[in-house]
Amino acid sequence: MSVQSVFPQLEPLLPRVSKPVQYVGGELNATVKEWDSTTVRWALMYPDAYEVGLPNQGVMILYEVLNEIADVLAERTYAVWPDLEKLMREHGVPQFTVDGHRPLGAFDMLGVSFSTELGYTNMLTALDLAGIPLLAADRTEDHPVVLAGGHSAFNPEPIADYIDAAVLGDGEEAVIEISDIIRAWKAEGRPGGRDELLTRMAETGGVYVPRFYDFTYRPDGHIDTVGPNRPRVPETIAKRTTMDLDAWPYPKKPLVPLAESVHERMSVEIFRGCTRGCRFCQAGMITRPVRERSIEGIGAMIQTGLAASGFEEVGLLSLSSADHSEIGEITKQLADRYEGTNTGLSLPSTRVDAFNIDLANELSRNGRRSGLTFAPEGGSERIRKVINKMVSEEDLIKTVSAAYAQGWRQVKLYFMCGLPTETDDDVLQIAEMAKNVIRAGRVASGRKDIRCTISIGGFVPKPHTPFQWAAQCDPDTIDSRLRKLREAVNSDRDRSLGRNIGMRYHDGKPSIIEGLLSRGDRRVGRVIEAVWRAGGRFDGWSEHFSYERWTTAASAVLEPLGVSLDWFTTRERTEEEVLPWDHLDSGLEKNWLWDDWQDALDEREQDDCRWTPCFDCGVCPAMGTDIEIGPTGRKLLPISPVGVGSPVRNPALSSP
Amino acid sequence: MQKIRLRYAKRGRLRFTSHRDVARAFERALRRAGVPMAYSQGFNPHPKISWIGAAPTGVASEAEYVEVSLVERVDPATLAQVLDTALAPGLDVLEAVEAGPGGFAERMEASDWRIELPGVDPGDLRGAVERLLATEHVEVERLTKDGRRLIDARPAVIRAVVLEGPAETEETPIDDDAPGRVGADMSYPERSCGILRVVVRQTTPAVRPDDVLSALRVVAALEPPVPAKATRLAQGRLDDDGGLSDPLALDRQAGLG
Repeated sequence: MSVQSVFPQLEPLLPRVSKPVQYVGGELNATVKEWDSTTVRWALMYPDAYEVGLPNQGVMILYEVLNEIADVLAERTYAVWPDLEKLMREHGVPQFTVDGHRPLGAFDMLGVSFSTELGYTNMLTALDLAGIPLLAADRTEDHPVVLAGGHSAFNPEPIADYIDAAVLGDGEEAVIEISDIIRAWKAEGRPGGRDELLTRMAETGGVYVPRFYDFTYRPDGHIDTVGPNRPRVPETIAKRTTMDLDAWPYPKKPLVPLAESVHERMSVEIFRGCTRGCRFCQAGMITRPVRERSIEGIGAMIQTGLAASGFEEVGLLSLSSADHSEIGEITKQLADRYEGTNTGLSLPSTRVDAFNIDLANELSRNGRRSGLTFAPEGGSERIRKVINKMVSEEDLIKTVSAAYAQGWRQVKLYFMCGLPTETDDDVLQIAEMAKNVIRAGRVASGRKDIRCTISIGGFVPKPHTPFQWAAQCDPDTIDSRLRKLREAVNSDRDRSLGRNIGMRYHDGKPSIIEGLLSRGDRRVGRVIEAVWRAGGRFDGWSEHFSYERWTTAASAVLEPLGVSLDWFTTRERTEEEVLPWDHLDSGLEKNWLWDDWQDALDEREQDDCRWTPCFDCGVCPAMGTDIEIGPTGRKLLPISPVGVGSPVRNPALSSP
Repeated sequence: MQKIRLRYAKRGRLRFTSHRDVARAFERALRRAGVPMAYSQGFNPHPKISWIGAAPTGVASEAEYVEVSLVERVDPATLAQVLDTALAPGLDVLEAVEAGPGGFAERMEASDWRIELPGVDPGDLRGAVERLLATEHVEVERLTKDGRRLIDARPAVIRAVVLEGPAETEETPIDDDAPGRVGADMSYPERSCGILRVVVRQTTPAVRPDDVLSALRVVAALEPPVPAKATRLAQGRLDDDGGLSDPLALDRQAGLG
């Protein structure tokens, strides 16, 4: 049975929607395979707008890994904006992939990558447009297996009724193994139907199938027990860890869209994982241990990627890029190699104390001088001890002085508001810090036109972190602290300081909903569905987000069950409490997390295991992994001369 | 320093690209092809590329023009070939010549458009066009970033004729999304199709195919049942017979001499 493109039905709708180019596909380096020549077919979804989803590294990596297998096909799909959704409903056009414009319902697997929980409603839109039953229980052998991945998959309980399965951790090897299971099951004539297919996935221990696990609740609303409800299914599900990054040099050929996207550059992941131990950071906790890509691996990926994409900027990606053991050599040798080719380098996330003048110089040598962003996260020394972000104001001033002296005029600083134990005073010190940055910048540069932007996000406690037990700060307190902070920034005898400080923040309401979806359990699922039925879409976009829609649905669904929005968010958990994700194993010992939570409350810091002895978080022994870091002392391999004004030299164009 | 002038086409699905999309695609293709581009100076150097107008989003074209500056001399034909290979199918380089004397932009006096109107009876279309040509001023409304504005679409229309359809619109229907097919066109085989050929003078603000259709709506209540498909067939200086001269002719001549 071949599957037809729905493009002929879609095309007449495109002149009537905004930015139609996002729906036509045709990206450079995209793959469109012949349907009938393949056995296992994946649709990969990033549940946000195309411009946000296309540059996503996770989707790009899995797309390429899967398409490299001869009998496996992978295509991509993104959330369609409400204008097109309306037309698709009117004209009966199903949710489609942008590669082959094939209907989602025809695929074996629908993999959805969740970087944030605010994409849940968009997944429901896609399922509904595709004609796939919203509830996993209503699906048959003819429907795709809906698989969640990404960081939110470490607690997929709020969407447990809507997905068939979830994979925790790195996806590269998991998608290959799942493809093998499907191929074998199909070859055997699909024995046991969908149930058997899901059981085969579950019994590997690395794929979570929510419907194979039952929760019971106590009269007070707390979870009583959780466990498997059938044989062949393990008690706990382990996260996946890809160890040798050099063996996985993806994406080799980055996708380059015709449409504008949020990241107009190619990215190379220089290491994965982080052991800095910031207590609020879910990414740092669930991606351990640190695994570095070698300097040669990085150099090779960049040259291939630049030649294949034509991008003018390379982002050296990781959770804290300046922490790579050879970051100095990497930036220097890359800057040498691409001299005169207008190829810029950027470090999207840089630790304050790891940045220095050498790094600043290498980053600004070729091409553009991109913005500098640092994340002190907390305004006061005290709160930074609570969150284990061990940078001092002195470090920050030293670092920004170096940057301003090297010609930068603007620095952006990230902070959080609503952290555990936080007081008004902790937040007000952000204003002092920003003013000190401007003062230091003026001295270092000898100029007046120094700017600093402070960007403040609401803190959301996340599963598998020491703060998973914390009470989330209520939106009114957040809003009041931010108001006081704004006054403090502007009220000063030296008015010129405040004028040079930009302040960006959102009100605290979206954070509370993110909190509900982050630490919620299965009972929250019907809230998501109710919000979606009431029109909820694109909840990560302030112009589409409706707090009232969420609170109304939460009251209606949760309160009859004896729980509430507050119960899931602003309530502090106890040590004994069964958490909805206890059966999902990130490798971290629950005891260690609890001790780290107690250390936070006592304002005690925790070192990084890359430079001090192991502190027994539990990941390496549980997962059979180890830290993989340099320095290797190796150098970038020389490459044939780069071009003029381009990283590529084309012999056909050489002067006659 | 060498300047090269290029003619390119924007075809099939790629007609949904905006001018900014096309510009980014060109810059990246030039880098992939290893073209020795000249860059501007300063903190944010940009490749020196001069765009000569641009077909609107949603409109196809066989006659778009751009001028690029290089720091090393190259053979224009080779450049055309390597750049075309690097560009997505549907953005197709048709010709490249070394820039001769004289400005480029002022050679684009008018455009020749072909507008297909599936489901519109050619007789009805002919009647509407006659009424348009018999009118001196037709105010049409256009949505811009700053809200609605009124423009007079009539004076810029120099010539308009209706062709017999639907035979001319028959094109290969697409049945798959093979990579090479994104530059292919859709077709409406089952429907009758009115085809309008219209020569429009380049004015400020520009009168686009959409504005001409709005004018037909105003004078004759013509309402196409599905969106029209417009293609720019040529740009150039108006000659005495109302035809358009090839804007690259002068450069080609200079190259020969």
